[in-house]
Amino acid sequence: MIKARITVTLKNGVLDPQGKAIEHALGGLGFGGVGSVRQGKVFDLELQSSDRAAAEADLKAMCDKLLANTVIENYSVTLT
Amino acid sequence: MKSAVVLLPGLNRDRDMIAALTKISGHAPATVWETDTAIPDVDLIVIPGGFSYGDYLRCGAIAARMPVMRAVAEKAAAGAMVIGVCNGFQILVEAGLLPGALMRNSSLRFVCREVKLSVANANTAFTRSYRAGQVLRCPVAHHDGNYFADAETLGRIEGNGQVVFRYAEGTNPNGSVNDIAGIMNEKGNVLGMMPHPENLIEAAHGGTDGRGLFESALGLEAA
Repeated sequence: MIKARITVTLKNGVLDPQGKAIEHALGGLGFGGVGSVRQGKVFDLELQSSDRAAAEADLKAMCDKLLANTVIENYSVTLT
Repeated sequence: MKSAVVLLPGLNRDRDMIAALTKISGHAPATVWETDTAIPDVDLIVIPGGFSYGDYLRCGAIAARMPVMRAVAEKAAAGAMVIGVCNGFQILVEAGLLPGALMRNSSLRFVCREVKLSVANANTAFTRSYRAGQVLRCPVAHHDGNYFADAETLGRIEGNGQVVFRYAEGTNPNGSVNDIAGIMNEKGNVLGMMPHPENLIEAAHGGTDGRGLFESALGLEAA
């Protein structure tokens, strides 16, 4: 079995109002000096496979087809 | 003209949309379910608003990958008209039938109010009952209506006249770039819009500003 983690983040230049709100809330809690917060998503998957190369290709296809909206988001795949 | 309404779990404006199409055309639309792989022979397919699949992952993301949306894409490629309202608009962009993306409102708040819409392009199959620049009243109710497209895409859709409706008179409720409220595809047969024209079609709604959209799409516009 292969375990994988996919991280999806907003592309640079895409406004992230939720990240901005979190940034302000952190400032309100006294955490000064937080320059920027960008919110993203993490997916942990378990694949019934031992072929790491094929798994990585599949995971990228999953990102392109569903897990990320590549108009606004980037993704990265890590096998563990 | 015949119409069909797409039904998906979590939509909640389907009955309003069916009522609007029935009242305006005189015929009840066909309905198609998420797992249907074929759509009856119709001229207009409408995807109503709501919260399909609970807005899980991203608004419209799961619905856009359902079998019925492959059938919608095939019909659209064959020339049928498609209208997506609110969640229907989000589904159309997630399905790649319209460019750009709809993001969380810049206020981070759900907005439920009336806005003003200007008809940015009256020379479309959806807006020929209106005049260019005409300002309409229309209700909105959404949390993720903040239209975004990269600079290149935005330049292209603006240049092609694909922006059909804009929020007018300072009523942009969500931070949409260029006040965009509704866009169509390059071919001009697929329209997505956040506001709800189906909720302003008869006197009991307090106005009929939304009627022209359906009359245009159904070929019922006044001569």
